Parts: sequence; structure tokens; C-alpha cells
Amino acid sequence: MSTKGPNAYEEQHVHSVYEEIAPHFSSTRYKPWPIIESYLKDLPPGSIGLDVGCGNGKYLAVNKEIFIVGSDRSSNLISIASQHHPNSAIVADILSLPHQPSNFDFAISIAVIHHLSTPARRIEAVTSILECLKPTGTALLYVWALEQESSRRGWSEGDDQDVMVPWVMRKKGEGERTFQRYYHLYRKGELEGDVVSAGGEVVESGYEKDNWWVIAKRGSPS
Amino acid sequence: MKILTLNFLCCARKTCKSSPASFPLHPKEASLEQIETDINALFIKNILPRLDWEAMKTLTIELGLPALPTEPPSPEALEDPDSGEPSQTLKDLHQLLMETSIESGALRCGNCDHEYAVKEGIANFLLPSHMV
Ligand SMILES: [Zn+2]
Repeated sequence: MSTKGPNAYEEQHVHSVYEEIAPHFSSTRYKPWPIIESYLKDLPPGSIGLDVGCGNGKYLAVNKEIFIVGSDRSSNLISIASQHHPNSAIVADILSLPHQPSNFDFAISIAVIHHLSTPARRIEAVTSILECLKPTGTALLYVWALEQESSRRGWSEGDDQDVMVPWVMRKKGEGERTFQRYYHLYRKGELEGDVVSAGGEVVESGYEKDNWWVIAKRGSPS
Repeated sequence: MKILTLNFLCCARKTCKSSPASFPLHPKEASLEQIETDINALFIKNILPRLDWEAMKTLTIELGLPALPTEPPSPEALEDPDSGEPSQTLKDLHQLLMETSIESGALRCGNCDHEYAVKEGIANFLLPSHMV
């Protein structure tokens, strides 16, 4: 993939891109996806949880009776996310989360894990999220699917799973700029596999509009 | 960053997580601001059992805020017995947890002494690569 190591690679092809496209990206991300919305709305009042890789924080305002600490690597996106009350937003890395282990009722991580550029780092990301959960807690994870024949991108089973996806930003007077973001496209069953490799258990899983999703919990110690 | 949030943050370094000294983080040269928000009595009631009261007491002392009682208030103390309206205790908790915010300063880990900057109300937990 690169001789620089996955950290530097993701810095260049994920983090710095989001930092640059933050306001434009945010203006296109306002509508919550149905499965995520109902997961958050079904949580008991007073639940405490995390939104890891919260971006502009569009899920922070879905349920006013729960408390969410949202985190993202992009400080420009977090500035936007921090406007959602009653919740909080901080700048943090998914692999070094500043949260006490075994302390949270729930976590969501939407369209984040597919930005990590090696299998080991993707599993480490799942581990990092599951470690924050109480034994009774669950996490909802969403990643982009390789199988999206019906989307305009048209990827399907036989295609390369590691791709660069362009983000075109048009600014008045400045013309057009294209940014390339790195994605690992998940194939059927792969996300469930990552959860198990991370020592977790799959509670529920499915496919929704070009994405694979899973609800996971911590594995019981054997 | 709200005081409530400090209940759910510790040092980001893996080597610190197992140490009780990595929670709570200690505010340093914190400048505080009050950001008025609507009171949600049920939210405060639900969140109360999830607070680490010892950590809250430490934080209020370190931030120079009025001292908290030794024990957390009981659920009955949160509403006026006659009217059922939010009591002064609940209003005070709302003000402390939801409205009092760190605008700038730093948060220090009691285990490794690393400091995380807070700027424009946002704490940054990204670690330099040699500390990950
Ligand atoms: Zn530390």
C-alpha cells in the first residue's frame, strides 16, 4: 500500500481530506439513516454512550434523553458537531479513545472503520470501541459495502476492496478541487468477522443501502 | 466542554487506562464560561446515578467552584415535595453539569502528567506518535 506506514497513509488520504472538506461535507450530511435513528431512539432515557468518528455530529441530536460524547480526528468537523446540545464533542483518535473501559451503555461508529488501511487496524478499531462498553452494552457499526451494484459507483463482488474515492468540491471563484479519500470496501460477512476477531459477539447484522451494519457486544470471557 | 463530559473522559494512552490516577483528568489554567441551556429535569435525574461523585467533588474544588455535599443528593431532593417542580438542588446540578464549561486551558493526566489542550471549548486528545 505505501512504504510510509498506515498512520502516515491515513493522515494523508483520510484525515487531512476531511479537515479540508469539512464545511462542504457537513452541508451534505444532515439526514440520519433509519436504522441508526431507531437504534438511538430505542435506548433507555439516561443512557450514556459514544459516537466514535461522529463527523459533523448529525446523530448527536437524535435523542435528547441520552448523553453522547462524540469524537472525531477532524477538529474542523468537531467545531460543527459541538453545537449539538446536550451532547459533547471532542477531538480524538479511534485507536486511542480517552474513555474509561467498561463504562458505556452504547456506542455507534458510522462510516469510520472502513477508513483504516490494514486488517489489523480495523480489528483494533472494533476492539477499541467494544472495550468502552459495559458487559450489557452494545455498539452499532456501519461500513461501506463492496456490493453496491445499484449505486452510481457500481462496485460489485469481484472488484478491488481498497479504493480511492473522489470528493469534488466546487467553490465560487475557485473552480473545482478533487480530494481522494481512502476506503476499504467490506464484503459480505467481513464486518462480522472483524467483530469476532476483536473478541466481540454479533447480536444482529444486515445490509442497508450500500452499507453493511452490525450490532455487537463484548464477548463473554471463555 | 461541559463539566458533565469530564465524567466520561480519562487519559487516551493505553498504558494509563488501568491506573485509577488517569481519571478524572485535572483541569489546568481553565477559563470557565456559563452557556445557558434549557433545563431538562428528567435528564438530570437519569444522569445523576452515573456521575462519579468523588470525581465531581475533586473537579469542583480544582475549578474553584462551590463545594459539593459529601454524598450525592437523593432522587427525592431533586423536586419540590409540594409542587413537584425542579428543586434548587436540581437547578444547581443543571448549572454545574450542563452550563458550566471549560472554554480554554488544559486537562492533565494524574498518571503520566500528559496535558491535553482545550481551545474554544473543545478538548484535543490526539497524541504525538511517540506516545501512542
Ligand atoms: Zn496518562
